[in-house]
Amino acid sequence: MSPSGAAFLTPEPDLVGDALACRRGERLVFEGLSFRLPAGGALVVAGANGSGKSSLLRIVASFLAPAGGRLLWGSNPVADDLALYRARLDYVGHLDAVKPALSAREMLRFWAALRGAGRAAPVDKALAAFALDGLADWPCRWLSAGQRRRLALARLCLARLPVWLLDEPFAALDGDNQRRLESAIETHRAAGGRVMLATHQPVALAGADSLSLGDFAPRPR
Amino acid sequence: MSVFAGLVAHELRLALRQGADTALVLGFFVLAVVLFPLGVGPEPQLLQAIGPGILWTAALLAALLSLDRLFRTDYEDGSLELIALSSLPLEFAVLAKCLAHWLAAGLPLVVASPFLALLLGIDPQAIPILALSLLLGTPGLSLVGGIAAGLTLGARRQGILLPLLVLPLYVPPLIFGAAASEGAARADLLLLAAYSLAALALAPWAAAAALRQALE
Repeated sequence: MSPSGAAFLTPEPDLVGDALACRRGERLVFEGLSFRLPAGGALVVAGANGSGKSSLLRIVASFLAPAGGRLLWGSNPVADDLALYRARLDYVGHLDAVKPALSAREMLRFWAALRGAGRAAPVDKALAAFALDGLADWPCRWLSAGQRRRLALARLCLARLPVWLLDEPFAALDGDNQRRLESAIETHRAAGGRVMLATHQPVALAGADSLSLGDFAPRPR
Repeated sequence: MSVFAGLVAHELRLALRQGADTALVLGFFVLAVVLFPLGVGPEPQLLQAIGPGILWTAALLAALLSLDRLFRTDYEDGSLELIALSSLPLEFAVLAKCLAHWLAAGLPLVVASPFLALLLGIDPQAIPILALSLLLGTPGLSLVGGIAAGLTLGARRQGILLPLLVLPLYVPPLIFGAAASEGAARADLLLLAAYSLAALALAPWAAAAALRQALE
């Protein structure tokens, strides 16, 4: 059902942004932005504050409709079958979506259920991947900002969806946990997954492409 | 379908953990009803006559009290983004959340209403009809409230805007609900059921469209 697992074995088409433009309110944020993200690829989106990193990720996550251009899966516009496209995406934004009243384990179970992974989801493995095993049964209201972030990132290890969209994933993470995330990303890419991440920090990802949003700022007219 | 059930279970678990929310709605309902005899005087005949109207008005206001949280916490903490990416269409997610809202905030009002009706001295024979009218009408309140809760997401004065938007839409069930316990109950109960069914058919689409707008 979900395009993970076996689907990784056959070569997957590229995720392509074709001359994307983004408008927020009256302001044109970027235009003519194109990218290509093949299976196993990584794309690091860099740019100054307000250059549209989060907006680009929200466009790719299908929350925000682009003001121009198209998003393609191979040669098919993703808008043709949005449900199928969304089933491939995992998105970790600025917000952690963590409920203070629930425990880390309950949060992960719920997220797994949302993605249709249900009881088969490797909740314990996901907790261990971000060293949260000791905190699994505490109410999340006691977690620190960094621990909440790790819990949100642990979500990525649940359903193993092919496309990871990460908005400032390193914010609030200490050195050890940055390396945990980097190794999770490398494992994901080795299995044919792809990742697009927006960050200010230098990241150690082998063979990652980079996209500088400053290059697509609208020209003054 | 299992995603739908999972979302309802998640919402109910949250409501149960934060039991104060349900208790608050119920407490407001009881207090609002109890205030009326103090205001209009303890004449049994007067209270008996206006009792159903008091109960319905208090139920509307109590339901309103918990509406602003229906989508707001999920919107603010990012859960809405995850729900939008799930395999469950947003329309059904709205339905799941409205169902959970009704179970946590509407059903307790229905259960409490017979006791409050006794308190107001309403004719015991009219009490089952009154409870039935609330049972039929309150799901509609949750659903119609869902539209307004979706539309006001991200608005700065949501707490004020929401009642202004939703109270006019609550007028029909108030009229039919209060009239149901004064004879000719059948027609009023059918109209209440029709209101809830119309809300069931329309509200998920309207609220989901509002949520998509809010996600941009």
